[in-house]
Amino acid sequence: MYPTNYKYSQEHEWVALEGQTATIGITDYAQHSLGDVVFVELPKAGAKFSAGQTIGTVESVKAVSEIYSPVSIEVTEVNAALANAPEKINQDPHGAAWLVKGRATNPGEMAKLMDAKAYEAFVAEKEKEAGA
Amino acid sequence: MAQTKSAAARHVSIGERLLFEKSAPGKRGMELPPLDVPAVDAARALGAEYARDGVEGFPEVSEIEVIRHFTRLSTWNYAIDLGMYPLGSCTMKYNPRVNEFVARLEGLATEHPLQPVELSQGCLRILRALELFLLELTGMDAITLQPCAGAQGEYAGIAMIRAYLASRGNPRKRVLVPDSAHGTNPATAVTAGYEVCNIRSDSTGRIDIAHLAESVDENVAALMVTNPNTLGIFERDIARAAELLHARGALLYMDGANMNALAGVARPGDFGVDVMHMNLHKTFSTPHGGGGPGAGPVAVKKHLEPFLPAPVLVEKPDGTLGWDRNRPHSIGRLRAFYGNFGVLVRALAYALAYGPGMVEATCDAVLNANYIRKKLEDVYELPYEQPCMHEVVFSDARQKKHGVNTMDIAKRLIDYGFHPYTTAFPLIVPGALMIEPTESESREELDRFVEAMRAIAAEAAENPEMVKSAPHSARIGRLDEVGAARKPVLRWSPQ
Repeated sequence: MYPTNYKYSQEHEWVALEGQTATIGITDYAQHSLGDVVFVELPKAGAKFSAGQTIGTVESVKAVSEIYSPVSIEVTEVNAALANAPEKINQDPHGAAWLVKGRATNPGEMAKLMDAKAYEAFVAEKEKEAGA
Repeated sequence: MAQTKSAAARHVSIGERLLFEKSAPGKRGMELPPLDVPAVDAARALGAEYARDGVEGFPEVSEIEVIRHFTRLSTWNYAIDLGMYPLGSCTMKYNPRVNEFVARLEGLATEHPLQPVELSQGCLRILRALELFLLELTGMDAITLQPCAGAQGEYAGIAMIRAYLASRGNPRKRVLVPDSAHGTNPATAVTAGYEVCNIRSDSTGRIDIAHLAESVDENVAALMVTNPNTLGIFERDIARAAELLHARGALLYMDGANMNALAGVARPGDFGVDVMHMNLHKTFSTPHGGGGPGAGPVAVKKHLEPFLPAPVLVEKPDGTLGWDRNRPHSIGRLRAFYGNFGVLVRALAYALAYGPGMVEATCDAVLNANYIRKKLEDVYELPYEQPCMHEVVFSDARQKKHGVNTMDIAKRLIDYGFHPYTTAFPLIVPGALMIEPTESESREELDRFVEAMRAIAAEAAENPEMVKSAPHSARIGRLDEVGAARKPVLRWSPQ
């Protein structure tokens, strides 16, 4: 379910690092709890964020949620296709529906995030709490 | 059960098109008499750029068609006057007819806001009486009736906190908001220029006081808290929370959306609140829904009084009432006139008609919610099992096993003749069913609601498709809410 080459945050974002380039998205668990996504708001290329800052919002029929950057990043590209097809987030959250790409300005932060196995356990715990 | 279903099925037989679709060239609602003065060429009189030959697409219909159109639409509405409206967090209580009688009195209904103050003393006296009543009820020191909605009240409250802190040298950076909060709270804080920081709820559904304690520092301006919170649970550590904030120079903002659980029983001013707003259209029975008109008075403690929105209603030495506009520290004016006057009149009428009976109304609101809780707890999952205040929150965890979620149950409730409860909120309860009966409902009506909810729970297990495809007896079946949000059609256009 969760790609093993990604790292995961407690706020349910994933990040993939290739060289210096980080790609960020939201996890399958996140899209599932949000329900049908109807709108995505993303930053502009060139924007800089430190880890934990809000880089955008995802709106579903149920709620509006902020997206927190799991790592410090200077954004070079945003996924413009999501503006007209927000449903991609529900269909392919770990692939085609990536949100932003950019230069990881502090790659050391990757070590603080969960790997796929730890994230799966984290999500299982959440689901148990919710009684689902 | 058959009875409630047939009630919901009324009017299904009549279709209704838009006025635009009924239009036919040359039809009109009235015939004007022939001109008895020479005709004037509008283009010449006004200038060609201000005159046009007609309005494209304007519907042309007869008077009776217009009357039937709107009368039919009005009969499709669901209203508190038709039945129970258990929309949690919205306090959809009965609007007593005495409110309407008083608001329509000649001398009130016909007053104009630009009338001189000397000729408006009666109206000002009404506003003052309402102010004093709300201050007594909340235990606060000063108040403004100016904000015209809860959200505007919230904004005024946080703007005052900002102005107060700035006057002491530092407006600070952050506002704390519990994870069970109404969505307007973080939106207000951001609009007022603050960062928002979430505070966790503990296992009882209350603010995690330890998390609050470690989150409060010199950068925190305020905590925004709804009490009772959106789970319908009283924040019993509210006084402790106020102490923690005040010790670090931060303030406590209370969202008074749930004041219907406290009115006449507990006063926010006594448990440490510095600023709060109230929704008169919730707690004080003024008309509700359709987007207003609302009323969101904001009450403050003494130290925030200089920052109230201008003007402020004051008593003059000669005993008359007037407006104090000389408020150098005020956050400014929020709108052209002081509140929605007609709504404020209704709220005072409610207060005076109930008098001390308001305590009983508050207790009945809490009793009704707990009655529903006990009557449904064996069929719907209760994520927080303790007694609730004025509303109760279940989850759809048991029905989910059959593929039925809270939205499906809400839609099926329409078939039983009830307005749906609030779905999927608060967010900390996955698949929430948020039910607020208010004090207005009799035990008989509550029993009918309980019976409907139990019937739906049974259907969810035995015939889940029936629930998932509901409503079946409404004029229109399940709407495509996702499609409407993704590709909204905001304007009619001819095909």
